[in-house]
Amino acid sequence: MTKIELTVDGAAVSDDVEPRMLLVQYLREKLGKTGTVIGCDTSNCGACTVHLDGTSVKSCNVLAVQANGRTVTTIEGLADTAEGELHPVQESFRECHGLQCGFCTPGMIMQAVDLLGENPNPTEEEVRLGMEGNLCRCTGYHNIVKSVLHAAEGAKA
Amino acid sequence: MTATQDRPAAEIGKDRRRKEDQRLITGRTRWTDNITLPGMLHLAMVRSPFAHATITSVDVEAAKASPNVVAVLSGKDFGDELGVCINAWPITPDQKTPGHSPMPADRAAFAGEIVAVVVARSAAEARDAAELVDVEYDEQPAVIGIKNALRDEVLAHPDLGTNKSALWVFDSAEAGTGSDVEAAIETARTDGILIEREYRQQRLIPAFMEPRSVVVDPTGEQITMWSATQIPHILRFALAATTGVPESKIRVIAPDVGGGFGGKLQTTPEEWIAWAVARRLSKPVKYTETRSESLMAAHHGRDQVQTLTLAADKEGNVTGFKVHLDADLGAYIAVVGGGVPVLGAFMFNAIYKFPSYRFECQTVLTNTTFTDAYRGAGRPEATYAIERIMDELAAEVGVDPLEIRERNWIKHEEFPFTTVAGLEYDTGNYEAATAKAKESFGYDALRAEQKERRERGDRVQLGIGVSTFTEMCGLAPSRVLGSLDYGAGGWEHASVRMLATGKVEIVTGASAHGQGHETAFSQIVADRLGVPFEDVEVLHGDTQIAHKGLDTYGSRSLVVGGEALVKAVDKVIDKAKHLAAHLLEASEDDLEYKGGRFTVAGTDQGVAIQELATAAFAAHNYPEDMEPSIDAEATYDPVNFNYPHGTHLCAMEVDTETGAVKMRKYTCCDDIGTIINPLIVAGQVHGGLVQGIAQALWEEAVHDEAGTLVSGSFVDYLLPTSADTISFDVVHTDDPSICTTNTLGTKGVGEAGTIASTPAVVNAVVDAVRHLGVSDIQMPCTPERVWRAIHAGDSDAPTPETAMPHFSEGALNQDEGAGQ
Repeated sequence: MTKIELTVDGAAVSDDVEPRMLLVQYLREKLGKTGTVIGCDTSNCGACTVHLDGTSVKSCNVLAVQANGRTVTTIEGLADTAEGELHPVQESFRECHGLQCGFCTPGMIMQAVDLLGENPNPTEEEVRLGMEGNLCRCTGYHNIVKSVLHAAEGAKA
Repeated sequence: MTATQDRPAAEIGKDRRRKEDQRLITGRTRWTDNITLPGMLHLAMVRSPFAHATITSVDVEAAKASPNVVAVLSGKDFGDELGVCINAWPITPDQKTPGHSPMPADRAAFAGEIVAVVVARSAAEARDAAELVDVEYDEQPAVIGIKNALRDEVLAHPDLGTNKSALWVFDSAEAGTGSDVEAAIETARTDGILIEREYRQQRLIPAFMEPRSVVVDPTGEQITMWSATQIPHILRFALAATTGVPESKIRVIAPDVGGGFGGKLQTTPEEWIAWAVARRLSKPVKYTETRSESLMAAHHGRDQVQTLTLAADKEGNVTGFKVHLDADLGAYIAVVGGGVPVLGAFMFNAIYKFPSYRFECQTVLTNTTFTDAYRGAGRPEATYAIERIMDELAAEVGVDPLEIRERNWIKHEEFPFTTVAGLEYDTGNYEAATAKAKESFGYDALRAEQKERRERGDRVQLGIGVSTFTEMCGLAPSRVLGSLDYGAGGWEHASVRMLATGKVEIVTGASAHGQGHETAFSQIVADRLGVPFEDVEVLHGDTQIAHKGLDTYGSRSLVVGGEALVKAVDKVIDKAKHLAAHLLEASEDDLEYKGGRFTVAGTDQGVAIQELATAAFAAHNYPEDMEPSIDAEATYDPVNFNYPHGTHLCAMEVDTETGAVKMRKYTCCDDIGTIINPLIVAGQVHGGLVQGIAQALWEEAVHDEAGTLVSGSFVDYLLPTSADTISFDVVHTDDPSICTTNTLGTKGVGEAGTIASTPAVVNAVVDAVRHLGVSDIQMPCTPERVWRAIHAGDSDAPTPETAMPHFSEGALNQDEGAGQ
């Protein structure tokens, strides 16, 4: 077991973990952050996407020990939802019907936030390329792309 | 014409944002894998690496000694309490059905079949120990592929004596719904046009995003199963029927379920094993599959060889259509496995007026993952066959593909129309949908561009694909299902609870997993009952709450479940009216109900439905001839299927040097009757389109000769991404064909996009290179296949024509090894 200390969604946490434990397993099993989900075992689907020090990562592709001393933000910490707040990208997904079953949605939103951070004014093509690491089976991506573009528009307004 | 047109429709038709979304976008979700119970144990499955093998021994000692392992069990450790996996739809009385144990003790019949289960304190420890279970196998010859199975040389189940499971036949001459197709074929052979083709429906994987997961808690008075399933009610029934536990002692919950597309319309070995282990150990257990396990062992879809003969006169008026399917069931007959191709039996004639029709379906068993419903289930296969071959007919006659369709389709003034397959289509307007789609697509301009590129000899050629589909949905009138030997009915149940505070709970037997029922059903109730949208709570997916239902599949939830809801609401209004008359001291005949309020005609007296709910709760003053309640429930059995239709147009660019294809534009005009929520409808269409497009261009589950699934991860099974797809042009007719067989006038939309899009795409790809001598490309249309099709005529190989040779084995239109 290895001791790790990190910040997750604004809270300092500390645990002894097996060196092989993945960050996504740590979030789900140790912290109960079940908003972040596991959709595959080959890092193709992106459902587990979180931010590590502000940059999107697939948390199935990071060991928990690699997050030691760093800051993780999950879908649950993106906005102060307990106070009824939504991040503008969350609001865009709702507004544009960018989700159906919702399983890929946390990863999609985390990836979209990162994409817009790097490129606040993307074209449709840039959104499609920037989101291609996240799979969705319900929406056909049409409304996901629309949601991301809508969020970019909203940020300009 | 319908009730909705007589009352103010404040909610129906509004693009309400979904009630479901707030939780889902903030990670406040209840997936089955999120559930943790005190003392819960975790399961890992040991799966056969061989497609066909007898199990000679299972040594569990090393696994048992692994840290924190609680038990290791194999098939021989269980008796009847393990139950069996059921086939609810034997399609013929003499169907050959192999026994299907959730965990066989003697023989594995496909690669991925479970032979042992490890129980440990954590999922990781269970998986570690599963590696240590030492199973000795005696490998047996495996039969892979439809054509191999038909030869009956190697048997999937030697004790059955054959791989042929059932032959199901419909013949219009025998049924009295049309004339003799053989006569039409003979006439066409000498004096008309005869088109014979063999099309391949490759095997697909539903690939819902949430892997399947099951939790069983045996510690209560009822044993509770949470499962990522589309069918909690059918699951509960099947557990009771096969494991010896009374139905009243079983509670099944489908919590948040992350997509299904038919793939979670199953009663699975994994559920049955979790059930048996939890009962054996008296402890809660959880099993969540990995994605690789999901692709390997969750049921697959499609997988047919279609042998088609279309007869027409010289002008292209179709005189007969003969269909023979060979369909791969896999190793076992899944819950509705054999029935899936039969669901297509009534749809090969599609929107057309064919005088004669014959359909045969031979189902076969192979040593592969069992197949069952995948979005569309039978109807995409039928639509593909007819819409592809109508393009071939158009090419033969030398007219535009839309013109050949128009010559044959049912005209809008001819509805209701009884088809050659015996169904009565109530309403439709193919002319209007086609006109609207053409306009929005810019059909004529794209045709002009295509002509120009051909004349110029452009390296990138443009093709335009057409699909004028219809489908039967809203499964289904129970009597029809009975006549097809299906094991259950097709009704749906709903109840309305009028709470004391004026809020409304509605309970539905439909079980949403992404469809947005909470929102759409709230809109229906808000309008019908006259209460605020926000005051309606939709409950579903738990057999303790929604005790009765037949779940969600086959585009049925709105058209059957929504209608049950309407009937329940109407009963509430009837009861409330009686109470209102009593309280207002008026005659019921003088009461009017509007906007959630009863008023006495000609006075200013009135009472709101919420006040009546409170009055019924208090029960201080109510008529002697009624119970103090205005709650109601209804069970609705549909009187007919409904028949949405649409015209889909697709433009594809094909690089003739590399075979690469690129979608340029996709327009669809679907006529689905009354639309409850246009936002949700558009979402269903978009997602459906991409699943159908993916069959045309990318997806294929491939087994090697030994029966190993080589597309067993998301690295190998090509799910489309945002970068592979485009934004779609989704339109509807201005004057939709309202369904006449339900109150709301709705038709199903959940599967429409998938059913329609596959042939539109392949027709477009073929159209782009038809002038180069290509008349077919097998799905998925990979660059390699497109390139090979273009270059098939380079050597002495015969050019694919309207060809008899298609019926010779190994001839054109078949990749080597495909559909063996």
